[in-house]
Amino acid sequence: MKPLEDYLIIDFSQFLSGPSASLRLADLGARVIKIEKPGTGDICRTLYTSDLIMNGESSVFHTINRNKESFAIDFKQPEELEKLKKLLAKADVVMHNFRPGVMERIGLSYDAVKAINPNVVYASISGFGHHPDLKDLPGQDLLLQSLTALTWLSGNQEDGPVPMGLSIVDMLAGAHLAQGILAALYRKATHNVGANVQVSMLESAFDFQFETITTFFNDGGELPVRTKTNNAHAYLGAPYGIYKTKNGFLALAMGSIPVLASLLKCDALLQFPENKFTLRDEIKNILATHLQTQDTDFWLQILEPADIWCAGVLNYQQLFAEDGFKVLEFTQQVEMLDGYSYKTTRCPIKIDGAYFTSTKGSPKLGQDNEKIIKEFITA
Amino acid sequence: MKPLEGLVVLEFCQFLAGPSAGLKLADLGARVIKIERPVKGEACRQLSIKDLFVDESSLLFHTINRNKESFAADLKNPDDLVLIKKLIAKADIMTHNFRPGVMEKIGLDFNEALTINPKIIYGTITGYGTIGPWAKKPGQDLLLQSLSGLSWLSGRKSQEPVPFGLAVADLMCGNHFVQGILAALLKRAKTGKGVLVEVSLLESVLDVQFEAITSFLNDGGQLPERGDVKGSAHAFLSAPYGVYQTQDGYISLAMGDLLFIGNVLEVDLSQYSDKHQWFASRDEIRELLSEKLKTQTTDHWLYFLQKEGIWSGKVLNYEELGSQPFVNELQLKQTVQNAAGEKLVTTRSPIQLDGAVLLSTKAAPKVGEDNLKIHEQFLSE
Repeated sequence: MKPLEDYLIIDFSQFLSGPSASLRLADLGARVIKIEKPGTGDICRTLYTSDLIMNGESSVFHTINRNKESFAIDFKQPEELEKLKKLLAKADVVMHNFRPGVMERIGLSYDAVKAINPNVVYASISGFGHHPDLKDLPGQDLLLQSLTALTWLSGNQEDGPVPMGLSIVDMLAGAHLAQGILAALYRKATHNVGANVQVSMLESAFDFQFETITTFFNDGGELPVRTKTNNAHAYLGAPYGIYKTKNGFLALAMGSIPVLASLLKCDALLQFPENKFTLRDEIKNILATHLQTQDTDFWLQILEPADIWCAGVLNYQQLFAEDGFKVLEFTQQVEMLDGYSYKTTRCPIKIDGAYFTSTKGSPKLGQDNEKIIKEFITA
Repeated sequence: MKPLEGLVVLEFCQFLAGPSAGLKLADLGARVIKIERPVKGEACRQLSIKDLFVDESSLLFHTINRNKESFAADLKNPDDLVLIKKLIAKADIMTHNFRPGVMEKIGLDFNEALTINPKIIYGTITGYGTIGPWAKKPGQDLLLQSLSGLSWLSGRKSQEPVPFGLAVADLMCGNHFVQGILAALLKRAKTGKGVLVEVSLLESVLDVQFEAITSFLNDGGQLPERGDVKGSAHAFLSAPYGVYQTQDGYISLAMGDLLFIGNVLEVDLSQYSDKHQWFASRDEIRELLSEKLKTQTTDHWLYFLQKEGIWSGKVLNYEELGSQPFVNELQLKQTVQNAAGEKLVTTRSPIQLDGAVLLSTKAAPKVGEDNLKIHEQFLSE
């Protein structure tokens, strides 16, 4: 039995943040119905990245929306809205990621949905919460990374701002929304009350940086400084970083410099009897020069037996060839209603020894209308 | 009431991934008790950044472990183990991130825990799962970023691999752990039985890359290729997506209609009228935009861009961010206080419930700070 079996989630959200949360809930067993605009649907369907179009729609959409149903309905029409309300009355969770005010204008605010479904868990993601000066700004990942100073943590000192190369704030907000929904569902199961769960990308980006922001608050306001080369964490000393070798790259986490000096036979490091934070640029420089003289495996074979925290640096091709990856069975094949099938990843959580897999691909726009109307609206 | 009120969590976890999950559960209302070895306590207490300490434990530890209690016990001491087992009998959830095999040796693996408490939710975090050649490797964040392909997504093509400058594998894994534990609570509410929840840093850091990996899997095994202009922000996205230098700082441009953006910025991009070029020629296009954006201040450009609804924004640092009025207006900070009255300012839970932020003034505990109270409440009969 999956933990969320028999739960019905009605999801108005688009793009990544909200849909990534409902994907997780779908994998945990919930039935997720996407509410989409007839004709175009979730904007993510046409948000092409890398020019990769799969079965007429973007690869991103297929990744995020597998294991869901689609109900196309123009809820700005009053009679359609009435139909939709019949469906919402049966839902355990109603979720959206419109900007503040949009659901209110449609007539589907928390209070309005609560009026037809008193114990509903109503969940939303915004960019910035309801702050009057910010609520109308676009809640877009790169803009949130930029606003919250996240771009000053990666890359080297002279690189300028370096964004994290995927939509990390969207995914964090999605993860936090899923947490809030699950916690509220638990309260609903034990106390029979609904909830209004709200997450914003701004708060999620703060939470992600809780260590560095707290350090900044308590450190007399000193800004993080990245190392000149091989930076992997602005607040950590040498050797923490990725280094070029003769045939690839080597990641070195924490480790005592004198121990490394002797293991790597790097005499130039002997001048540093301890891991002085202020000397990390010099130490990294020496390590970088020295590590280029041999292959990655040569270093790993010395460092791993000595329990030094290190690893090779892989790309997807190399990773997929590793047994350590293969044993996880992390990819799965899913199939759409029209027979189109594609490979993607699975849910990262394992419960009672079983992975949550599902062969159900993403829905075509409105593919489940007939079934949903029969089941919830005309019934 | 907070959703997890009344639930007791025993946290055997150390460092970041597990304790960050414990913090989320605590903020949602659970009572989280850290089980720590006597005197020294959890290893993270000694792991500092910038040598910042508060009452003998690192500021880092304080950030991750506020709103929790501490029970000091030596798992290798038979008398203490008896106490721990009594605690497990009264708990709802227990979590640990020992390497595979350690809890088995102590006699506190899932099956043992079930015999003590048939309704226990037992959560584990590993680096790489429990089987296969990587199972015993150290589960350290940078190593996970490096092995999982993540380091090829940020920075520029001509650069070396660029890791994320934060413990993203740990933190995402902590988030997934919370989801798994909460789902397990729902399962237990239906079945009345204990539940085993397992997550790993590797699966979590791969999940973060689900879009990039799905593209790789369906695109003939093509590797993601980063742009090569300064401020490149996403291997898969077309121009103008990225960060640009201005006369007095930096500006970000997200996705949008390139030709329209060109018009607003008065950059001639007419030769790129075919949308496919926005991706194929993104470096060229971003160079053209860079040249133009350098010539005026950030505010100048934002005025024109935002007036037209173009997705753009300022790049702030912590100092600039900290002085934004919204930090206080949205209560993004909170002050916590320990038993000795010492205070520190930190962040809060990112989740709001029923219109209220989840706050707590309770600072991280000293090692064994709550032994007496816990003895009285749970262990005295």
